Amino acid sequence: MATFRLVVRRLLSSTPFLFLVSALTFVLVSLVPGDPARTIVGQHATVEQYEAVRGRLGLDEPLPVQYGDWLVRVFHGDLGASLFSGEPVTSVLNNRLPVSLSLIIAGTIVSGILGVSLGLLSARRGGLLVKVVDGLALLGLAVPAFWFALVLIAIGSVQLRWFPVTGYVPFADDPAEWGRSLVLPVLSLSLGAVAIIAKQTRDSVLDTLGRDFVRVMQANGFSQLSILYRHVLRNAALPLVTVLGVVLVNLLAAAVFVETVFAMPGLGSLTQQATVQHDIPVIQGAVLYVTVLVVIVNLLVDLLYSRLDPRVRAS
Amino acid sequence: MRRVLRRPVGVLALAWLVLMTVATLAAPLITTHGPLDQDLGHVLAGPTSDHLLGTDNLGRDLLSRVLYGGRSTLLAVGEALLVFLLIGVTLGLASGFLGGWVDWLTVRTADLLFALPGIIIVLVVLSVFPGNLHAAMITFGVLGSPGLIRILRSQTLSIREELYVAAAKVAGLKHHQILRRHILPRMTSMVIVQAALFAAIVVTIQAGLGFLGLGAQPPHPSWGGLVADASQVLDRAPWMLIPSGVPLVLTVMALALLGDAVRDAAVEGWAVTKTAAVPTAAHAVAVDAPATTEEELPSEEAGLLSIRNLSVEIGGIPVVQDVSFQIAAGEALGVVGESGCGKSVTALGILGLVPGGGRITHGQVLFDGVDLVRSPTALAKVRGAGIAYVSQEPMVALDPTFMVGHQLAEAVRRHQRCDRRAARRHVTELLDLVNFPDSAAVVRRYPHQLSGGMAQRVAIALALAGRPKLLIADEPTTALDVTVQAEILTLLRTLQAETGMAVLIVTHDWGVVADLCHRAVVMYAGQVVEQADVEETFTRPLHPYTAGLLAANPHLAREGEPLPTIPGTVPTPRDWPIGCRFAARCALSDDACTTQPVPLAEPLRGRLTRCVHSQRLLVEGTPA
Repeated sequence: MATFRLVVRRLLSSTPFLFLVSALTFVLVSLVPGDPARTIVGQHATVEQYEAVRGRLGLDEPLPVQYGDWLVRVFHGDLGASLFSGEPVTSVLNNRLPVSLSLIIAGTIVSGILGVSLGLLSARRGGLLVKVVDGLALLGLAVPAFWFALVLIAIGSVQLRWFPVTGYVPFADDPAEWGRSLVLPVLSLSLGAVAIIAKQTRDSVLDTLGRDFVRVMQANGFSQLSILYRHVLRNAALPLVTVLGVVLVNLLAAAVFVETVFAMPGLGSLTQQATVQHDIPVIQGAVLYVTVLVVIVNLLVDLLYSRLDPRVRAS
Repeated sequence: MRRVLRRPVGVLALAWLVLMTVATLAAPLITTHGPLDQDLGHVLAGPTSDHLLGTDNLGRDLLSRVLYGGRSTLLAVGEALLVFLLIGVTLGLASGFLGGWVDWLTVRTADLLFALPGIIIVLVVLSVFPGNLHAAMITFGVLGSPGLIRILRSQTLSIREELYVAAAKVAGLKHHQILRRHILPRMTSMVIVQAALFAAIVVTIQAGLGFLGLGAQPPHPSWGGLVADASQVLDRAPWMLIPSGVPLVLTVMALALLGDAVRDAAVEGWAVTKTAAVPTAAHAVAVDAPATTEEELPSEEAGLLSIRNLSVEIGGIPVVQDVSFQIAAGEALGVVGESGCGKSVTALGILGLVPGGGRITHGQVLFDGVDLVRSPTALAKVRGAGIAYVSQEPMVALDPTFMVGHQLAEAVRRHQRCDRRAARRHVTELLDLVNFPDSAAVVRRYPHQLSGGMAQRVAIALALAGRPKLLIADEPTTALDVTVQAEILTLLRTLQAETGMAVLIVTHDWGVVADLCHRAVVMYAGQVVEQADVEETFTRPLHPYTAGLLAANPHLAREGEPLPTIPGTVPTPRDWPIGCRFAARCALSDDACTTQPVPLAEPLRGRLTRCVHSQRLLVEGTPA
C-alpha cells in the first residue's frame, strides 16, 4: 500500500516535468525559421492552397492552442508523421525502442557489476586499486564514448575480427548473434558509467566502514563476511542508488553516439538522423520518449531506494 | 592559485591548456600547411618531419587540422561557459541569498532541467537551427547551470547563516555589498572547480556534435569531425584515431585535473588555517621519552582482564602510553577523565579496534591469560563471546537497514550455533533481560523507530548475545536524557549482579562511577594518573587532577556557589610535555613537576598515583 502511494505520488510529481519538457520542445520547434506550410505546398502554390495547408496544420491558431491540440493528439497516441518517410512517428519510435532498451539495460547491468566490484575491491584492498579506480574515473570522464567505440572496433573487429564491425541483429533472429553484436556497443557505452559507479561505490563503502554500527558489530563478534556483504554493502548501496539516475541519463546520452557509430537502429541514432534531416515530428517524439524513460527510471530508483532504506518507507 | 601551482598535476594540466590555447590561436605560425590544403601524393601518410601527425585520406596535414579545429572548440567552450557562469552564479547566489519565491522557483526549475539528458535537447535545438553551433552551445550552457546553481545556493545559505550575526551588528550594509565583500570571495575557488568540470564536458559534447556531422561542415576541421574522418578509414589507417582523438582526450583530462587541483588546494587552504599552530618536531622527542621508562607493575593477582603497558599510536602519534590495569571477574571498573584523555581508545584497543587507522605499538592485553594483541584468532573468538561492547551513541550503533530482531538473531546465531527457532527464543529472552516486556513488537522495529533509551537497551541485548564475561561500555549514558540515564544505569547494575559479568565503563561522570563501580582508573593525556577503590578515590584523591574532576562534579555542587572548574584544557598528544602532563593546569606544580617524566607511585597499598607531591597530598589532602 505504501509502495502504491509512493508510485502515485511520484507519477503525479513528475507530471509537471513531462509538461515542461514537451512545452519547451514545442516552443523551440515553433521557432523554426521558415514556414512548414510553405515547405509543403511549394513556392508556386496559390494563396488558397497555402492557407488551406496552414489551417490543416493548425498554424493559424495561437501557440498555446497549437500546444493544446498537440497534447490532445499525443494522448491519443498520435505524434504525427515523419517529414522524411511519411511513416507515423509512434511506429518509427516503437520499432527503435527495443534496440535502445537492450543496449541501455545491458549497459546498466555490465557497468553495475564492473563498477561495484571495482569500487568494493579498491575500498577493501586500497593501494594500487585506489589509483586504478581514480584513473578509470578520469578516463571515464575524458574519453568520449564515440572515440572509445572506434578504438574498440579497430582492435576487436578490424584487427582481431572477434566481433562484427557494425550492425544489430534482433534477438528474435539469432540470440547468439544478438549477443555478439551487443558486446562492443555495451562496452563503449559502459566506460563512463563504470567510472562513476566504481568511484561512488568506493567512497560510500569507505564511509560506511567508518560508521559506529560497523565497529559495534566487529566488537561483538559478527562475522567479517556478513558485516561487509550484508550490512556495509546494503548501507553503502543507498547513495549508490541515487547516482543510478545520473548514470542512466549518462547512458541515454552516450547511446546517441554509440548507436550512430555501430549503425544500430535505436532511438539515439534516430534522433541524430532526424536532426540532420530536420525531421521535427520525429525529434519531438524522441524527446517525449526519452523524457518518459527518464521519469520511469527515476521512479524505479525511488522504489529501489525505499526498499533498501526503511526510514524512507516509513515516512 | 599559488597552491594550485605547487601541485605537479595542476601545473601539468594548466601547462597543457595554455599550450593548446596558444597553439590553436597561433596555428599559422606553427604549421605552414593550411587545414584545407590537399596533397593527394601523400594520402594517409604516417608521421613525417613534414607532417608531424601524418595526413588524412585527402593528404591534408593532421597537425594543422587539429590546431585549426581547436578554434571552434575554444569558441564553443567560451560561449557555453559564459552562459553557464552568468546563469549559475546569478541564480545560485540570488536563490540562496534572497530565499522566498525566487528560491522556490529556481530550485524547482533547476531540478527539472537537471534530470534531462542535455544532448537530446541540444539535438532539438540543432534541428530547429541547423548547423548553428552557437545556439547549441548557449543551450548547453543553460542546461548545465543547475549543477552550479545547486552548489552555490547551498554555499550561500550556509555563509548567510554565519553572516546574520555580523550583519545585525554592522547594520546598513546593502545586499550587494554583503554579496560582493563576504560571499563572492569565498565562492571563487568553487566556481573555478565547477567551471573547469563543465568546460571538460563542453569539449566532449562539442566534439560529439562534430562527430555526428552537426558541427563545422566539411571540409572545415573540428576535433569531432577529425574522429569522424578517422572512422571512415578505420580498416586502412587505424592509427588516425590517435592524432584525432588524443588531443581531445588530453584536453578534457587537463580540465578535469585542473578542477581537482583547485579543489584540493582550496581544501588545503582551509585545513592550513585550522591547524596552523601545530608544532611538530620538537615535541615528538619529548613524547617518546616516557615510553622508554617502562614501569614495574604493582604485583597483583592476574584478573580476568589484565592490560599491561598498553601504548597506542594514531597516525604515528602516541595517544595512549603505558596504560596498565586489571579487572577481576565480576568486578566493575570505571575509567574516568575528560574528553581526549585516551579512555575510549584504550577501551577499543582491548578489542583490537583502535579507531582512525591507529595501532597498538606496545604492551599486552591478557584475557583469561591469552594475549589478544599477539593472537588475532584468540581475539576473534573473544569478541562478543568473551568481551562484548556497547557504544556511546545508541542511535547509530545499530544497522539502520535491518530490523532489530534480525540483528539480534544474527548475533545469537553467531555465538550459540542454533537453528532459527531457538534463535528467536533466545532473542526474546535477551529482550526480556533488558526489560522489554513486549519483545514481539520490538523485534519488528527498525532502529530509527526506537527512542534513545530503547536503542541503548537493544544495543546492550546485542552485546549480551554471546554471554560475555566482560562488558565494555563506552560512555553508555552520555547521549541519553537524564531520566533515561538512570534507567540504563540501573539495568547495567542489575545485569552485572545477576549474570556476574565484569563491567568496564568509560565515563566522565562521577555519578556513574559512584553508582556502579568498585574501582576507578583516572586517565589524563594518555596516561593512568590515579587508580584506587571508588570510596577512597572520593574521600581522599591522591592526584590533583582527580581532585579537580571531583570538585567540578555537578552532582556535588553547592547551591549558590559557582561550580569550580579546572582551568585550561587537556593538551593534544602533539603537545604533551616531558614532565607531568597536568602541571600546566595544577595549583601544586613546581620545578620538580616539569623536568622529567613522573612515574606511577604507590604511596599506600592498593593506591596508585602519578604525582610528584603524592606524599604531601597524603598528609595535607588536596587543595579543593
